[in-house]
Amino acid sequence: MEFFEAISAKFNYWIYVIIMMIGLYAMIAKTNMVKKLIGMSVFQTAIILFYVSIGVKDGATIPILYHDQVHADHHHDDHAHNGEHYDTPHGTDHETDEYGYPSRHAPDVVIDGDDFANPLVHVLMLTAIVVGVSTLGVGLAITQKLHREFGTIEENEIHDMIKSGK
Amino acid sequence: MIEQAPALILLFPFFASIIVALAGIRIQGVCFPITVISMAASVLSGIAILGQVVNNGAIRYRLGGWEPPMGIEFRIDALGALVALAVSVVGLLTAIYSKRQVPAETPDKISQYYTLYLLLMTGLIGMVITGDAFNLFVLIEVSALTSYALIAMGPRRATLAAYKYVIMGTIGASFYLLGVGYLYIKTGSLNMFDIHEQLIARGIFDATAVLVAFILITVGVWIKMAFFPLHAWLPNSYAYAPTTSSAVLGPLVTKVMVYVMIRLTFTVFGADYTFGRLDWSDIVVWMSVAAILAGSISALAQTDLRKMLAYLIIAEVGYMVGGMWLANDMGLIGSIYHIIADAFMTLCVFLFAGIIFTQTGKRDLNALDGLFTKMPLTMVGFLVGAFSLIGIPPTAGFFSKWYLIQGGVASGHWEYVIALLISSLINAVLFFRIIEIAYFGIKPAEGHGGHHHEELSEEGPTEASFSMLLPLLVTAAMLIGLGLYNRDIVAIISDFVSQFNFGVISR
Repeated sequence: MEFFEAISAKFNYWIYVIIMMIGLYAMIAKTNMVKKLIGMSVFQTAIILFYVSIGVKDGATIPILYHDQVHADHHHDDHAHNGEHYDTPHGTDHETDEYGYPSRHAPDVVIDGDDFANPLVHVLMLTAIVVGVSTLGVGLAITQKLHREFGTIEENEIHDMIKSGK
Repeated sequence: MIEQAPALILLFPFFASIIVALAGIRIQGVCFPITVISMAASVLSGIAILGQVVNNGAIRYRLGGWEPPMGIEFRIDALGALVALAVSVVGLLTAIYSKRQVPAETPDKISQYYTLYLLLMTGLIGMVITGDAFNLFVLIEVSALTSYALIAMGPRRATLAAYKYVIMGTIGASFYLLGVGYLYIKTGSLNMFDIHEQLIARGIFDATAVLVAFILITVGVWIKMAFFPLHAWLPNSYAYAPTTSSAVLGPLVTKVMVYVMIRLTFTVFGADYTFGRLDWSDIVVWMSVAAILAGSISALAQTDLRKMLAYLIIAEVGYMVGGMWLANDMGLIGSIYHIIADAFMTLCVFLFAGIIFTQTGKRDLNALDGLFTKMPLTMVGFLVGAFSLIGIPPTAGFFSKWYLIQGGVASGHWEYVIALLISSLINAVLFFRIIEIAYFGIKPAEGHGGHHHEELSEEGPTEASFSMLLPLLVTAAMLIGLGLYNRDIVAIISDFVSQFNFGVISR
């Protein structure tokens, strides 16, 4: 029973490991070079799942604040991991904010870090997706060049051709 | 202007790559001058940074003015400034060397080649000076993606090697990214220095997640630097790539990854954690012994000049990983000094291999037949590089090995000392074989009469052009210079090393 609890409590992390291993298997075991690249893409996607899982909180919503929330007193919460480093860009003593609006002090609106999913990891993954796409692009371009030069994209056939000195 | 140097060292090649990409397609003649000028400007910024760091201590440069734990910062200490300068100097020298090579080897892709080249330099310099763990991942991928393309521009075998490099390199970078994810879970920070402070402040060094992060990051970086069992991508990539590509990738990529390993181990995890809590020093030093011996012995079996040099790189990576994991200050000083020395000696021999390949059109060692009389300047440049790889004073290679051996003796890792000496002997065998072929020729049956030599020299290869010779000779001079001024360099390195109190770490 404990075993099932261990799995179900960290469900998404188990899934990420499984997906990652599927990708790794394809990268190692397949001989077709495009299939290998698909495996590579799966491998990278698993990491994206892992990162997105980090940012998830129970019952949290998207990290977008309404205008009056932004200009209310900030409540720093250590639970958001980086809370203690968070420097408020606009101190409460500012007369106006950067857009020229008068700062509104609404002490009854309290922002709790627990209510919002962590946006940072999602932003990081946007970059990682771009990196993954460009890696896949370079990989496919190289595969195309290999096909032009060897006439095949099967790795073992290419090795045979090189061994036989063609 | 000078306080912006940390950004400029990176931005010169970056903006130049955009200019080359846009203007170079129309006017191909503009690519080479822009590349050289931007790299020269980058070298000047590197010198300015080094001067600033030596005089005033570490530089913290905030990109966009954001406060460090939130914003991305460049933090350059003595180690970073030295390596960044070395990287940009190698970039400049190879750029000069590329003047005739790039139009000859990739005639229809000149502007694309230089764009990739400059982006590679941006990525490599960025890896050295960044203070942000995720930023480091992006820069690793920038330099990796460009190096895949630079290798794949070569002939057929190069394309296959580049494909394998894509697969291996992506696994390495992904492992690194995963490791950073685990660190982020535990510390909530991506700034390298802040991660370390958080690890201490929260007292979570015993957490399994930190251990997992350490293993993932270390293995990922090892794949990227071709540490012995994970080296499969390297030899063919560097042996078959266009000569300019291997002349820039060979010296830089592995060395910068060794720097990244040192940076992550000491700045992020800290010496106490790596050598105190995890007592893996013995295992890793034995692994590096295996890497040194495997690299050297494989090099001995090669007949292809550049492939032989590629295997030597694997042995050199073993030196540096082992030196760092010896867990004492001499070993670390030797390891860091070897990053710089090895960057230049690898550059020297790869430039030589490129010149030989261009002038003779042959890849194997027989191409060197009797070259001492035909290409004396090239051979002199090569001799200095070879002596440095063997470790003959006063070249830089001798002094870095000297520190590494001292570190090995001080920490009692005799197997490492023996491996270093065996590897040096093998290097001596390798290079004296080349010198013999080049000096006496390979046809002893026909004798070495003056008559025979004169006959050959009329039709044989001639001295390379000035743009190829100059970088080789400058590199050779720098190897001797680095050796002669080793005390000054070691003084700068000691600045960095002395902050880790190796004596205090309980083992």
